[in-house]
Amino acid sequence: MDNVIRSRTPAARVWRLMLHLTLLVAALWYLLPLAVMVLTSIKPLGEIGAGSLLALPENPTLAPWLKAWGSACTGMRCDGVSGYFWNSFAIVIPAVIIATLIGALNGYALTKWRFKGAELVFAMMLFGCFIPFQVILLPMAQTLGWLGLSSSRAGLIFVHVVFGIAFTTLFFRNFYVSIPDELVSAAKLDGAGFFRIFWRILLPVSKPIIVVSVIWQFTQIWNDFLFGVAFSGHDTQPVTVALNNLVNTSTGVKEYNVDMAAAMIAALPTLVVYVLAGKYFVRGLTAGSVKG
Amino acid sequence: MRALMRFSPLRHTLLGLAVAGALGAAGQAQAGEVEVLHWWTSGGEAKAVGELRDLLEAEGHEWKDFAVAGGAGDSAMTVLKSRAMSGNPPAAAQINGPEIQEWGELGLLGNLDDVAEEGNWDELLPEVVSDMMRHDGHYVAVPVNVHRVNWLWANPEVLDDAGVEMPTTWDELFAAGETLREAGYVPLAHGGQPWQDATTFESVVLSLGGSDFYRRAFVDLDEQTLQSDTMIEALTTFKRLRELMDEGMPGRDWNQATGMVIDGEAAMQIMGDWAKGEFTAAEMQAGEDYVCAPVPGTEDAFTFNIDSFAMFQLDDESARQAQQTLARLILEPDFQKTFNQIKGSIPARPDLDMSGFDSCAKRSMEAFQAARDADTLVPSMAHRMAMRSDVQGAFFDIITNYFNSSDMTAEQAAERLGQAAKLAM
Amino acid sequence: MKSVSTPGEAARPVGAPVSRPSVTGHLQAWLPKLVLAPSVVISLCFVYGFMLWTFVLSLTDSRMLPSYDFVGFAQYARLMNNERWWVAATNLGVFGVLFVGLCLVLGAGLAILLDQRIRREGMLRTLYLYPMALSFIVTGVVWKWLLNPGLGIQAMVRGWGFESFTFDWLVDPDMAVYTLVIAAVWQASGFVMALFLAGLRGIDDSILKAAQLDGASLPRVYWRVVMPCLRPVVFSAVMILSHIAIKSFDLVVALTGGGPGYSSDLPATFMYAHAFTRAQIGMGSASAILMLGGVLAILVPYLYSELRSRRHG
Repeated sequence: MDNVIRSRTPAARVWRLMLHLTLLVAALWYLLPLAVMVLTSIKPLGEIGAGSLLALPENPTLAPWLKAWGSACTGMRCDGVSGYFWNSFAIVIPAVIIATLIGALNGYALTKWRFKGAELVFAMMLFGCFIPFQVILLPMAQTLGWLGLSSSRAGLIFVHVVFGIAFTTLFFRNFYVSIPDELVSAAKLDGAGFFRIFWRILLPVSKPIIVVSVIWQFTQIWNDFLFGVAFSGHDTQPVTVALNNLVNTSTGVKEYNVDMAAAMIAALPTLVVYVLAGKYFVRGLTAGSVKG
Repeated sequence: MRALMRFSPLRHTLLGLAVAGALGAAGQAQAGEVEVLHWWTSGGEAKAVGELRDLLEAEGHEWKDFAVAGGAGDSAMTVLKSRAMSGNPPAAAQINGPEIQEWGELGLLGNLDDVAEEGNWDELLPEVVSDMMRHDGHYVAVPVNVHRVNWLWANPEVLDDAGVEMPTTWDELFAAGETLREAGYVPLAHGGQPWQDATTFESVVLSLGGSDFYRRAFVDLDEQTLQSDTMIEALTTFKRLRELMDEGMPGRDWNQATGMVIDGEAAMQIMGDWAKGEFTAAEMQAGEDYVCAPVPGTEDAFTFNIDSFAMFQLDDESARQAQQTLARLILEPDFQKTFNQIKGSIPARPDLDMSGFDSCAKRSMEAFQAARDADTLVPSMAHRMAMRSDVQGAFFDIITNYFNSSDMTAEQAAERLGQAAKLAM
Repeated sequence: MKSVSTPGEAARPVGAPVSRPSVTGHLQAWLPKLVLAPSVVISLCFVYGFMLWTFVLSLTDSRMLPSYDFVGFAQYARLMNNERWWVAATNLGVFGVLFVGLCLVLGAGLAILLDQRIRREGMLRTLYLYPMALSFIVTGVVWKWLLNPGLGIQAMVRGWGFESFTFDWLVDPDMAVYTLVIAAVWQASGFVMALFLAGLRGIDDSILKAAQLDGASLPRVYWRVVMPCLRPVVFSAVMILSHIAIKSFDLVVALTGGGPGYSSDLPATFMYAHAFTRAQIGMGSASAILMLGGVLAILVPYLYSELRSRRHG
């Protein structure tokens, strides 16, 4: 909006100052926990109890990071969180791709090939967003057993896809609603089929919403703990489970700096995604996902 | 039994797979895998379990480690239930106390009678222990250790500095508390988590009521006992202990509380003997840098907490062999000694030579033997030894709410304990 | 419930009459439904089916693992008599209202401020948004530190010389639930800000110019002209926020563990504790069903009125 009147009166200047100050204070509040994490993760253990949480490290060190990555012990395995880190990727990437693809097709079918009851189907699927995951834990475990997918990576991917499509469908449906129907009807008249229209007309303009959907799914699945701990085998646990093991170990000297470094490592992929793609995320939301 | 029936289609497929696997592997030696679910993830504990893995692998089997930390085994239990529901439980899982019976009732546990007979477990294990390991007369689990819960730990330097002696009665404890407070120390380190509240409370009950009273209240769940004047007195004393604790206790982990004693910030802590692991990690010597004493008034009694591994039914023959080997190894002297020296507990078999253990562990073993003879061995309520987990959960709620709430009276709390016990019947 | 239908299976009624000449045309007409079918089936099985399953379990005396001995509504009666359940339910009310409300106010406020041609907008936006990328498994420890009176904010402010400063909500049974609100608002308000900002960017400038030419003050323009345009944004935000509020679980576990006592318990943690650690699957399921009922009671009318008004408006 270009409605700001840049007047040079003193009152306007005070107003701009206040504005910037407010925004800065808010930024500091949002930054506080991350700052504490980063600062703690590069302090030697001795400095942690000694100073305040926000004290700068006197002898910054990367050792906690190296230890968290490669040699911290969880259970009997002393090879850090690195292995689990890749496990997470192996789960997240297929799950995100599949859920996004299904969501896109659903959104397309719901909006451009309207049929009786489409709204009802949409509302029905939407409700899937609200079911608390604790509720479905045991039924899901048994179902995975029936499907022969228990304790496997495929099982975990399956679960994430199942509970991800409600969201991806919501995103794509709301986005495609705002794409003019004329484009599609013209193509239909030309005899183009369902998939051809999707591929040629809808997909090329879907970039913003794909970004939104991918970022959302990536964050949700990467940060998941409950499914990860309940449905993974001993060698397919995601990084959140490893982090939990590391942080919750209850004996011995607590290495807060290593805990924090491990937490940062676990958080890094989603942070990077938000920082790099944040712009596109907001743009994607603007492009229509938030409009009904 | 119903539960078992619902697993049966899957069992068939598993069996099929197992048969196929066994045929394929027929030419090889009987090397099997054991997947072990446990929550011993911290440094010392993991090292202790590592001994077991090495022993197992020396026998040619493979150990698959499935460690899940958090919430004193809560997360691990969730995983176990999810695995059981999906029809592929791990070969062995850390399951303690009456829960072994609950799993046994579902028909999911395997039979260890052969190993038990070979190893003469009936004679080796004290009866309280072996009873807990059996379901329906058959051995289904192996005990790893025995923890004593009713310990009071103290930092002697702090006591000396404030000029107080190690208290042996509650009056002494409260008096010492005042002196310590004036000297600038936290008299009693505590973490405000439900199980820690319950750990403290059960010791107070044992102290004021004695072991018979304790058993009537927490094992028999007798309503009158739970609502008796003695219980109300115990509740009142328990809440008075708050005066000796500090403001920052809510949510604190037990080992952070122990850390306060180690650092000399606090004088004492009521906690089971796993606290020793913390002192040892801080390179402190029992009897010199830190001292242990039974909680006042519980000298002659012993509240036990036994860690054990329950073995699940397996169809794969080689895996079963590996599982049985694991069960045998757990009770072998070598493992019992190394493990328990690291863990802070005493061996599950009392026939071992205790020479390598520290003074607190020796005292613990003596107390265990004495309590066994005097029939004052009692199961820990706070550590899932005394009652089913639903009743225990209800008790935890009442105890922790009473301890933290300013408007619930001891009478009301006792009343509710009685009600909770009645509902459980 | 056993089989997940694949597109192939669902296609059978369509593919059957091969002799018809217009089979491809028919297929085209059916394709959208075919494409949707797997998702619908999945949703029927894994959302509605599991809800039904949970409801069935809530009528049984299931303890450690599900069993099917029916006891009627006894578990609900037990739940009604359970004081902890009422604490958890009340907490969800308090937490949900405050969380959604504060996020909307903060998010809208920050979005409006950011919309005033701020030079470093991109950077600030990222700073506000990043907490959404982190789970409480990651940030829980830090929040515990910050809110702990002996270590965190209280100690820090006292260290700056304000000796009487007190901030001990984490350890106060009456206030602990508000610490959950603080941490949750920290996490989600930036995201709401992004939603509002996106909405603001989508508003046609001419409307605003016209309003300003009419002599309306800036706050008035926002309140009277801009906010009504943002109604769909508010709708999306409320949906997403209530979804977060209802599912709040990691947050409680990481921050308060439900304590002191069980004063900051939420239904999600109550359900988890009973179903998984206390071997009371029956009662846990009953609590889950009541929780879902509550969600339905609030969301369905809202969803209905919003979808309806938009179709007509």
